[in-house]
Amino acid sequence: MKSKTADRLATGVFIAIAIIIISILVGLFSYILVNGLKHISWEFLTTPSSNIRAGGGIRDQLFNSFYILLITMIIAVPLGIGGGIYMAEYAKPGKVTDIIRSCIEVLASLPSIVIGMFGLLMFVNITGWGYTILGGALALTVFNLPVIVRVSEDSIRSVPRDLKEASLALGITHWHTIKTVLLPSAFPSILTGIILAAGRVFGEAAALLFTAGLSTPRLDYGNWNPFSAQSPLNIFRPAETLAVHIWSVNTQGLIPDVEEVSNGSAAVLVISVLLFNLLARWIGRLIHKKITATK
Amino acid sequence: MVSALMDKQTGKQAGESESKRNKESILEVNNLEIFYGEKRAVNGISMDIGKNSITALIGPSGCGKSTFLRSINRMNDLIPGARAEGEIIYEDLNILSEQINVVALRKEIGMVFQKPNPFPKSIYENITHALKFAGMKKKSKLDEIVEESLKKAALWEEVKDRLHKSALSLSGGQQQRLCIARTIAMKPTVMLLDEPSSALDPISNAKVEELIIDLKKDYSIIIVTHNMQQASRISDKTAFFLSGDLIEYEATEKIFTNPSVKKTEEYISGRFG
Ligand SMILES: Nc1ncnc2c1ncn2[C@@H]1O[C@H](COP(=O)(O)OP(=O)(O)OP(=O)(O)O)[C@@H](O)[C@H]1O
Ligand SMILES: [Mg+2]
Repeated sequence: MKSKTADRLATGVFIAIAIIIISILVGLFSYILVNGLKHISWEFLTTPSSNIRAGGGIRDQLFNSFYILLITMIIAVPLGIGGGIYMAEYAKPGKVTDIIRSCIEVLASLPSIVIGMFGLLMFVNITGWGYTILGGALALTVFNLPVIVRVSEDSIRSVPRDLKEASLALGITHWHTIKTVLLPSAFPSILTGIILAAGRVFGEAAALLFTAGLSTPRLDYGNWNPFSAQSPLNIFRPAETLAVHIWSVNTQGLIPDVEEVSNGSAAVLVISVLLFNLLARWIGRLIHKKITATK
Repeated sequence: MVSALMDKQTGKQAGESESKRNKESILEVNNLEIFYGEKRAVNGISMDIGKNSITALIGPSGCGKSTFLRSINRMNDLIPGARAEGEIIYEDLNILSEQINVVALRKEIGMVFQKPNPFPKSIYENITHALKFAGMKKKSKLDEIVEESLKKAALWEEVKDRLHKSALSLSGGQQQRLCIARTIAMKPTVMLLDEPSSALDPISNAKVEELIIDLKKDYSIIIVTHNMQQASRISDKTAFFLSGDLIEYEATEKIFTNPSVKKTEEYISGRFG
């Protein structure tokens, strides 16, 4: 075969693959949006859900999803980046480091339902907290940490060695070099990893079933005291998220409008992840521009 | 200065007993051997490096020039398995000693690399990065040093209107002069240059050479180069390396007109390497 023909063939195959991927994505999105958008209204987003009557909304579930995401990220991002820095810059190559790396990989590939069971044991029973937002966030941290560690390690390693040497050769300490040269350069790829992890957290149901629970207490959005039982900010209350809500109305819902609620919720979930993604990227770009002085 | 280099105040006697050391030299290398794992890359070399002079290191690829240069500011510490034996005496202290504070050492012995490696920050921040870390916070003082070092590096006129633009928007030659400027800004006593103009066009190269000659007033410079003309144009002394050995170390004029070792002559006249 002439190399030109081979080249054309390869190009054709790749274009075909790209088309398949794009059509799957478009198909999925339009299916979810077409079925769900018509159920989304201001009322749907701002009324609490109902257990038996039709016309319930998803106010609390939506809030819970974002809140658990926030708490998870507050715990997982510093730990994950810290772990990544350790693995990339401090861990001496050798047996121990290899073992740590294998553990991280195993942890990253655990099915989320298993992490849910582990969370039930650790953060619900042993601690005696019962179903809580914190328990859910910790389970999701276990679920996400390996990914963030891995992404941070890879991103830091891929910063050109030149830059690190340049900084050290100017009489700057290792730690300061990490903070001011390596992390800023690795920032865009770490951010991408974190966004992917956040998307997974936002859509996760299995790990939360047994840790954050299937119910939400009656919330008073005017109550900002994080220690009050009615406060949405209380991290020691049970919290059903959007993804868990979709699962629960479909499997054990008594409401007559199961389909409407779950399709609407699915659309809200997808749109939220999308918006969240775009927003995070936009902010990331702003920060990156600022630190690299590019316009 | 000297005491800042020591983590602990020990082992000073060795230096004091030899206070009659040659004051003309800034560095004294005694029997330096450098290993990468089992492999020896530098085989016991000894030489004095002159103060306020330019010393050129020449020799074929892989003969250990960079390895030697990087041992002077302890950059080889970053390479797992790299290890040095012997002595490099700087201000009566052995640089290779465990007790040397490498961070302080690198402030005094600056380095410019073969490939321009500016930080992906603004031109201004490239220079202030290390100054700020060293504790200089005052804006007016920083501005002053930025201007002064860019002027010394012959870059000021070209960048004075775009100090807060990204350093990566500069040409390769400008980037390299920026790297020299940020090293100058730290006011080192010794500057190590590893083929600083090999990636540059002839015009930038000429500028960098001019700059290096000019820097001799204030600094002691060691430069690795593959360019024989460059070595003969700018250096005071030249050291010829071959497979880890120091073959000949003489005044540049002597090396290039009347070398005493046959190998040196062969290399300089381009018969191998
Ligand atoms: N990181 C390293 N690990 C192992 N061996 C190395 C390392 N760096 C250099 N060497 C070896 O040490 C020897 C000297 O290398 P060095 O880089 O000092 O040569 P050089 O004279 O600077 O060459 P060039 O002119 O090509 O830059 C070479 O044989 C090289 O293979
Ligand atoms: Mg070299």
